[in-house]
Amino acid sequence: MSEKKQTVPFSGTKEQEQALREVIAGHKDEPGALMPVLQKAQEIYGYLPIEVQKMISDQMGIPMEKIYGVATFYSQFNLNPKGRYRISVCLGTACYVKGSGDIYNALMEKLGIVGGECTPDGKFSLDACRCVGACGLAPVMMINDEVYGRLTVDDIDDILAKYE
Amino acid sequence: MENVNLKINGISVSAPAGSTILEAARIAGVKIPTLCFLKEINEIGACRMCVVEVKGARNLVAACVHPVNEGMEVQTNTPKLLESRKRTLELILSDHERKCLSCVRSGNCELQELCKELGVADEDYFAGERNHYEPDTSAPHMIRDNNKCILCRRCSAVCEKVQTVGVIGPNNRGFATAIGSPFEMGLGDTSCVACGQCIAACPTGALYEKDNTDDVLAAIADPEKHVVVQPAPAVRAALGEEFGYPMGTDVEGKMAAALRRIGFDKVFDTNFSADLTIMEEAHEFLDRVKNGGVLPLMTSCSPGWVKYCEHYYPDQIAHLSSCKSPQQMFGAIAKTYYAQKMGIDPKNIVCVSVMPCTAKKFELTREDEDAAGVPDVDISITTRELARLIRKLGIDFCSLPEEGFDDPLGESTGAGVIFGATGGVMEAALRTAVETLTGEELASVEFTEVRGTAGIKEATYHVAGMDIHVAVASGLSNAKIIMDRIRSGESQYHFVEIMCCPGGCVNGGGQPQVHGNVRNFTDVRAIRAKVLYDNDAAKTLRKSHENPSIRRLYEEFLGEPGSEKAHHLLHTTYVERSVNEI
Amino acid sequence: MKSLEELREIRENAKKKTSRYRVHVCGGTGCTSSGSPRIIKRLTEEIQANGLEEDVEIVKTGCFGLCALGPIMIVHPEGTFYSMVKEDDIPEIVREHLVGGTPVKRLLYEETTKADHILPLEETNFYKKQHRVALRNCGEISPEHIEEYIGTGGYEALGKVLTTMTPEEVIQVVLDSGLRGRGGAGFPTGLKWRFAAANEADQKYVCCNADEGDPGAFMDRSVLEGDPHVVLEAMAIAGYAIGASQGYIYVRAEYPIAVQRLEIAIRQARELGLLGDDIFGTGFSFDIGLRLGAGAFVCGEETALMTSIEGNRGEPRPRPPFPALKGLFQKPTILNNVETYANIPQIILNGAEWFASMGTEKSKGTKVFALGGKINNTGLVEVPMGTTLREIVEEIGGGVPNGKKFKAAQTGGPSGGCIPAEHLDVPIDYDNLIAIGSMMGSGGLIVMDEDTCMVDIAKFFLEFTVDESCGKCTPCRIGTRRMLEILEKITKGQATLEDLDKLEELCEHLAANSLCALGQTAPNPVISTLRYFRDEYIAHIVDKKCPAGVCKDLLQYRIDADKCKGCTLCARTCPADAIVGSVKEPHMINQDKCLKCGACMEKCRFGAIYKE
Repeated sequence: MSEKKQTVPFSGTKEQEQALREVIAGHKDEPGALMPVLQKAQEIYGYLPIEVQKMISDQMGIPMEKIYGVATFYSQFNLNPKGRYRISVCLGTACYVKGSGDIYNALMEKLGIVGGECTPDGKFSLDACRCVGACGLAPVMMINDEVYGRLTVDDIDDILAKYE
Repeated sequence: MENVNLKINGISVSAPAGSTILEAARIAGVKIPTLCFLKEINEIGACRMCVVEVKGARNLVAACVHPVNEGMEVQTNTPKLLESRKRTLELILSDHERKCLSCVRSGNCELQELCKELGVADEDYFAGERNHYEPDTSAPHMIRDNNKCILCRRCSAVCEKVQTVGVIGPNNRGFATAIGSPFEMGLGDTSCVACGQCIAACPTGALYEKDNTDDVLAAIADPEKHVVVQPAPAVRAALGEEFGYPMGTDVEGKMAAALRRIGFDKVFDTNFSADLTIMEEAHEFLDRVKNGGVLPLMTSCSPGWVKYCEHYYPDQIAHLSSCKSPQQMFGAIAKTYYAQKMGIDPKNIVCVSVMPCTAKKFELTREDEDAAGVPDVDISITTRELARLIRKLGIDFCSLPEEGFDDPLGESTGAGVIFGATGGVMEAALRTAVETLTGEELASVEFTEVRGTAGIKEATYHVAGMDIHVAVASGLSNAKIIMDRIRSGESQYHFVEIMCCPGGCVNGGGQPQVHGNVRNFTDVRAIRAKVLYDNDAAKTLRKSHENPSIRRLYEEFLGEPGSEKAHHLLHTTYVERSVNEI
Repeated sequence: MKSLEELREIRENAKKKTSRYRVHVCGGTGCTSSGSPRIIKRLTEEIQANGLEEDVEIVKTGCFGLCALGPIMIVHPEGTFYSMVKEDDIPEIVREHLVGGTPVKRLLYEETTKADHILPLEETNFYKKQHRVALRNCGEISPEHIEEYIGTGGYEALGKVLTTMTPEEVIQVVLDSGLRGRGGAGFPTGLKWRFAAANEADQKYVCCNADEGDPGAFMDRSVLEGDPHVVLEAMAIAGYAIGASQGYIYVRAEYPIAVQRLEIAIRQARELGLLGDDIFGTGFSFDIGLRLGAGAFVCGEETALMTSIEGNRGEPRPRPPFPALKGLFQKPTILNNVETYANIPQIILNGAEWFASMGTEKSKGTKVFALGGKINNTGLVEVPMGTTLREIVEEIGGGVPNGKKFKAAQTGGPSGGCIPAEHLDVPIDYDNLIAIGSMMGSGGLIVMDEDTCMVDIAKFFLEFTVDESCGKCTPCRIGTRRMLEILEKITKGQATLEDLDKLEELCEHLAANSLCALGQTAPNPVISTLRYFRDEYIAHIVDKKCPAGVCKDLLQYRIDADKCKGCTLCARTCPADAIVGSVKEPHMINQDKCLKCGACMEKCRFGAIYKE
């Protein structure tokens, strides 16, 4: 939720646009289809830039402001692309009491970005997330789909180094 | 309808089933404060000002949306409730830019009023971090300052539901929630139609028109300039509210006197050019009927509506009458006919309009609105700005004499004045068109079928051997219904009047703001419209084509309605726009 | 599926197992994170290599509950329990156990190997007090094969209601069972159904709240991952009871495995005609759509959830009208959570009395808890209502690790409260939890030890609510923020007693004035910690001390000169160069420079650094 303005130029392809059109057509006449359409659109593009929201608005006949209002309400939707490696640190209760806050702070410091941002080289993006359900491994962070558990601050450098 | 019996503060009340506690309390003579609630528009129970205690209920309930039940016992004023409301206000104040002394709504702010009524003693009680926003000045007609926004969402509800435009709405979440446009773009970059209904709905100073009163004063102070003013029909029906007159007072005479005292060189009247519009529009209608033109013909007096049509129905703009609006026709005539007559260089004429409308500020910037090679109208101010100007100059409005308008652009008929109410343009046009078609004088000039505040009105008139189907719509959600019928080809209409604002110009976005707690229980549109219909009824001349000044204008200058000269000066063109221009 | 006979045929076929061993490997989120997919892959390879395909069946199941010991693998029919299985252990297990018939003792869950024989899992501390109703099939069947669900009696309850019961009879059974909503508030499920059944409408909806959002709660996820069909079956039963033909499951998008298994389950149920038109040839039609939540906790609130399914910002609406009258798309709607539904088929099959025989007077049946925090056996447990917190924490959970002292348990997530040690023996049910200032919530149970600062915990929950407040109503939008600010002041030692008064005033204000339950219950973590740990608040405010040593601004790290050997390790570790001292001389910490990161204390080999 921290930064919703768009910073990276749009580079959608014809194929992506076609895929989006098909998604919208597939949800035609379905009540309340905006959310599934936005979710699929984000799957296609990775995020929901103004160009994508405009296409959805034009094709679904929903005011773009309403779409934007929905997109900025739910934390799942991104207006900015994510890094090639998406780091999410679990700040759920179990992880928090086991020190995931420190892990999160250390990552911000090491990457030089705050939560919700992407490093300028597009490599890492950092987010805090809610419980990923791996409480037994607390504190936990994920990089893309890889889960790192029972973390300490000292582990961070080695883990990040794997993605160099 | 069935009634239910309940007690409010111990008072027995019988209220129709389905009423809210707020409505039932009204019947019992009990006032419950509200803030976010706008009847039928914004019924979201969000601000929590109207909380009341219901016996047996676990929590406090919002009176504005909570339905009454048989045997319900409600308390509206317990110490706990008074405290709750005060705390809620204090919370609102903690995230509100409290520059009240310099605020455009100071003295007329619903938040301020509630703070006073409920005895907020410390505006810093819950002081903490505040949201800060850059005011949005991108639109030609208004400013959005979220620093004063209390997130009641009345504006966005009006924009989305009443006007089906939806260019502003709540974005983000939680404490970061803010009303705005997609991707924080400026309102001026959206398909906002400039109707100003959001301003009319705003309880605070978060939304307000761009103030042009200083431009007016500067023009008046400039000895080179000949400054003429034209107040729209609806202004006289509401200006009095700003000076303590009851809603529904016609202040036409005092308004003219005030304008003169402000220092305008000539005090004319938009009613005059309303009559002129009828001459041109009735002619255009008859021409389209006779010569197989695009039907239905749709009125083009309302710039908000015109812009809406351009954005949302660009494929339908051929239906729009090519007539300029009365504001623009006035300017065109002032800077040609009047300028010639008076021997003044049109460049030195400053044409000021006083409008119930914010879209007029946008309209005067349109292309093809410059009959004399200079803009037809230079400055447009709202009814509210006129009131501000009167106050600023220390004019004691209430003790002003009743005065008339100046010649030659001040004379009007009853047909012109009813332009300010929904159905008025249609009725005025019919008065002229029917007489032109039949060549006979109308037995009655009143076309009551198109009167009233209903959102959509339809009628069929049998004239000179043909059925003329007409429709009148006000509020863009109603316009949308009509337009969808036209677009789909199912409409039989010949002539359609559309006004952007619900109820027409009397309820325009530039009119004095009516507080929610009044608006929710008062038919503002009907009360103000009655002023115009009474004004019309009291007139001897009630048909535009009978206006002597208009006749002279055609004889001396324009020739016939629809003449080439009239076309050149009084008609305009439209542009195709899109909904999402990014 | 035209008749019950068809269903029974599938069930009989499913029971005909030929393989000698059935190896269950947990495919829940916890074990998946700790590597169970790799275990399954390796196991498959080894079994092929040993030519055991006929003898050994590998079943990827849902969660067994003991997430802390994942990845988990159980070998049936004996039920031999391997915990924290490593890929490299697999060849040995296959060779010794699956080929040789002898379990590899050193890889077994320690507790089961105490005696000379191997203890059955049911007799371990973690499992022996549990009673699995909602989790009945979790860890027992493959959730991706509808035949396995049918094999355990699945869809039998749906068949029973459709062929032998009236809708009103179904509602009466649910009502008589005493089942209350497992999502938090504990509203009687049967009553909810009855209200919706009573309202006439051309369309009604049955919704399932699977937007489990409490931090630290994962009960619903486990059911969806381990036994998705039970939810589908229960929803169809509910549809029959209230007269609805369409259902929606609103599930967190952050639960990819659950989403995938639900998709598979819905597809399989449709293929067999257990969803769709004319189920069991009775003329009853019911289908289910999946809607993914998008990361908004407030969507767990029923009206917000429906607003979200409708394609809007998930903001709650005022009630009344209640969903039973005007819910989803303004039609009569019931909404129950996953665990509630998971009980329904069993109630139908075993009867209301059976269910009502479990639990306490006003809270019947069992409750699933997600046990987490400072506890040895992190995981998922299901116990009869009325079990005490002590039994859960000390016996099932194996107590607090590292010899630390239990301080409090948090239930109900951000809407709940902290229960101190003095209430460890209170039997847990809806009403008792409310009486002691917490609430059942959906079942998250986070254990805290003496190192936990209760003000910090209250602050943590407020941070969560501030993040998750939808922003619609004034008290929650601004009030939670102001509460958080005061809590921050307290943890920084900047607050006054007047601030504390204001905090309590805000608690009261939000509880009474907020639009929805999120705001109404947001103060609970503060109220409950103030109730039991007020002295900690006072210590922060008056003494400027954090008794648990958590709030950094109130801490000082010091070096005990007697213990310090002057090894210089701390000085070299300190990121701020705040530690000074000569070699072999006691060191000192410069408090102005100290960042309070604690790195020195962790590094010191002599225990010479302490915080106060």
